[in-house]
Amino acid sequence: MTEQHPSILRTVHAMDAAGGAQAQGIVQAQGQAEGQGQGHAKGQAHAKAEGQAATTYAHNTCRLCAPLGAALVFRGLRGGMPYLHGSQGCATYIRRYLISHFREPVDVASSSFSEDTTIFGGRANFRQGLENIEAQYAPELVGVATTCLSETIGEDVGALVREAQRARGDGVSGCPALVHVSTPSYAANHADGFHASVRAVVAQVTRKDGTRSTKTPDATINVLPGLLSPEDLRALRRLVAAYGLRPVMLPDYADTLDGGTWDEYQEIPRGGTGLEDIRDMAHAVGTIELGRTLGTEDGETAGRFLLREHSVPLFQLGTPIGLSETDALVGCLANFGRKDVAQEAVLRSTRARLLDAYIDGHKIASRARVVVVAEDDLAVGLVSFLEEIGAHVVLCASGGRPGRLARALERLGREGVKSMKIMSDTDYARVDEACDALEPDLLMGASKAYGTARRLGVPLVRVGFPIHDRFGGQRVLHVGYEGALALYDRFVNALLESRQSRPKLGYSYM
Amino acid sequence: MTSAMQTLKVLSERRDQVQQKGSSSDAVACDRKSAAGSVSQRACVFCGSRVVLYPIADALHVVHGPVGCAAYTWDIRGALSSGPELHRNSFSTDLRERDIVFGGEKKLEGTLLALIEAQKPNAVFVYSTCIVGVIGDDIDAVCRRVAKMTGLPVLPVHSEGFRGTKKDGYRAACDALFSLITLDHSKAAEGHIRPAVNLLGEFNIAGETWMIRSYYEEMGVDVIACMTGDGRVDDIRRARQAKLNLVQCSGSMTPLAKRLESEFAIPFRRVSYFGLEDTAAALYATADFFQDPKIREKTEALVRREVSRVTPELRAIRSEVRGKRAAVYVGGAFKAMSLIKALAMIGIETVVVGSQTGNRDDYRVLKELTADGAVIVDDSNPIELSSLVQAMKVDLFIGGVKERPIAYKLGVGFCDHNHERKTALAGFEGMLNFAKEVRNSVLSPVWELRRRPFPGS
Repeated sequence: MTEQHPSILRTVHAMDAAGGAQAQGIVQAQGQAEGQGQGHAKGQAHAKAEGQAATTYAHNTCRLCAPLGAALVFRGLRGGMPYLHGSQGCATYIRRYLISHFREPVDVASSSFSEDTTIFGGRANFRQGLENIEAQYAPELVGVATTCLSETIGEDVGALVREAQRARGDGVSGCPALVHVSTPSYAANHADGFHASVRAVVAQVTRKDGTRSTKTPDATINVLPGLLSPEDLRALRRLVAAYGLRPVMLPDYADTLDGGTWDEYQEIPRGGTGLEDIRDMAHAVGTIELGRTLGTEDGETAGRFLLREHSVPLFQLGTPIGLSETDALVGCLANFGRKDVAQEAVLRSTRARLLDAYIDGHKIASRARVVVVAEDDLAVGLVSFLEEIGAHVVLCASGGRPGRLARALERLGREGVKSMKIMSDTDYARVDEACDALEPDLLMGASKAYGTARRLGVPLVRVGFPIHDRFGGQRVLHVGYEGALALYDRFVNALLESRQSRPKLGYSYM
Repeated sequence: MTSAMQTLKVLSERRDQVQQKGSSSDAVACDRKSAAGSVSQRACVFCGSRVVLYPIADALHVVHGPVGCAAYTWDIRGALSSGPELHRNSFSTDLRERDIVFGGEKKLEGTLLALIEAQKPNAVFVYSTCIVGVIGDDIDAVCRRVAKMTGLPVLPVHSEGFRGTKKDGYRAACDALFSLITLDHSKAAEGHIRPAVNLLGEFNIAGETWMIRSYYEEMGVDVIACMTGDGRVDDIRRARQAKLNLVQCSGSMTPLAKRLESEFAIPFRRVSYFGLEDTAAALYATADFFQDPKIREKTEALVRREVSRVTPELRAIRSEVRGKRAAVYVGGAFKAMSLIKALAMIGIETVVVGSQTGNRDDYRVLKELTADGAVIVDDSNPIELSSLVQAMKVDLFIGGVKERPIAYKLGVGFCDHNHERKTALAGFEGMLNFAKEVRNSVLSPVWELRRRPFPGS
């Protein structure tokens, strides 16, 4: 099995700093997963030059690039301005991609490399860009992310940032705080860039001296939600607040990327996690870090940093999609917070209605053959949801690092995972090919899965990012009991509509 | 009017790239690299090449680099094809860390060979990205080797993102097209007897090429190749059979037109199909070129028929929207000129106009086309555009996806005139679609609702 993907596995070994045992695990997971595949001709073609340099190309990739994740995180900080060190195009492409999904202004600055910059280094451009950003935006924080170009020419962005901090002060006397993160897209995708940026913000902004700026209320809890929709962030905020806890959510782009109308133009949209709150994350009663693929294998997560450096208790949970994963989160909050009887009653009734809906629709959902294509964490959450409603996930695919998704799904401990085809670090051409044999009834994924769904003639329930062929991508609710209800209704109705439109006599009652 | 400029937020190094008509006799500064940190609306060299070549539907477009550049250009334009749809895919060599260290030539070669076998394209374009320029892959050599092995045209496009601006990307795309056109001498030498043209810089957004082709067909003029809307490799290879090149998106395709003129004595005309006036002018320019009374006659009949078909509804729309004020910020300045005229036809004055890639001449014309007090801007950004929208009391913004939220957040109507759009805006019918879209946006009741206070406050 492993010989089929020599290049992919080599990449894993190269990128994974972990020891041999872990690498062995990757091989096994890959082998198992690929063992389910039939007629995976494209995969073989992709890796045909065995023993030579990697020949895996991407045909309609499932990945986006790492600085996009960074831009998303920095847009979720109060007064935060993303600043990409590289060519102008990276910033502009990322802006357009984010705007088409969120339908909000998303300004991302660039140090606009030229040929000279590439040869002589980006120091002058970096400083000039910083000055221009300050002049135009007066940010509280500038989040600097590298690109493939600045990484390849070996720019030491950390040194550039430190130099600027020394010269101008950092976060004092009107100068913005600076945070930097390394996000070369040849090594990581947008979800990786997202998590690395959260980690960078926490590591570089939290107080090192153990003092508190203001008196942080004892009931403050850190919430690291992962790459979710603004609607999800609002739902999480409500859920945490229902247990008498004050969430410091990082990032929090609920308002900055899904805001109301403006009377005056806001250079940087209002909202986002405040700098002072981030500084005080070290003193929170705990950290809830969501996402089952966030292990130790890709380096330390923000939550683990807070645990190691500041002894903040860490609770790593799955992305709370569906009843089971939401129960886990609610259980965690209940242990932590003060129980508010009225608030809990609301949750109980939502949960009961969710169960009622699951029962009402169970015969429609049961055994439905579903293909999930999403970022790793979202994919695991969706599988958990789909498995608990009796659907059969025949394929779960992501653009994440090889093996990571399979391991996380295994940890989910669901029976259905054993017979599920799992594809990591993949592209839609391979997903297409796999789908031909799997004959799914429905796809769940972002807009990019539409081509596959259309070709197969099955519905696509749009989730995640990007949703840019439909309206309201920023308001798709995935998490919590309410999110599960919304997803469930959409899922069942998509199946119904697909059945209804097939026979000649379209019924209008059932 | 001067107050608009006083409140405008412009970076000091960009002062001479923004000008209010009547305030200065200087030319608008342009053709500069975007200032670092300015948040330019421009993309990069790669973007310029990619948008020009994208609609060639039976070619394989392989982006040599890390995956992002290919991801962002996957099926993002509304460029339609009447046949193959290879162009709607995204192919990337997906360079990884080890490739950055050891070089990506082998991977590129393997990818090209595998993809040519799997996809059966008629030609291949290989785009280089920033990284490729740095790690020093010789993509020319790889392209030559693969061309030899497969017998296909395999054309390198030197589009490293940092090597200039979007305009340099246009040039790189034109170079690749020129290579394709001149690849095969025997094929191109065959004469084409009937009057024939090539369409340059027309990208078949929402089927516009088909509308324009139908006009020429009706006039008795053949279209040999459209570069690149609904484009086909073989048509482009026959492009030298045309007697005239009609250049629409002049910013992108003028370098190619000039080269075809100097090397093959095929003259060119700059035309536009946006607005009734410019569409008619384009068709008449073609008729005049061939100096054939029959063509002229047919053109007159066509223009008369089409204009009278759309005029009543245009008049009605004009009466509804006249007096509104527009801001236009688009990629190419030539399109901006047409838009000013098209807007004027429905009674809308353009008070802000700018482009990403205009040159000195373009801005001189834009200045002539606008009234005193209008602001002309080169390579603008969200801060400038938003403050211009407010200062100039604009009711309508015409731009692309990146400008849309600026308009909407400020409560201003919007019309997408970029390549993502799904509505045909070219030709006579396109003018009507344009007017309808403008009306539907600026006269929507939502702008009034926006001012309604929260109940009880």
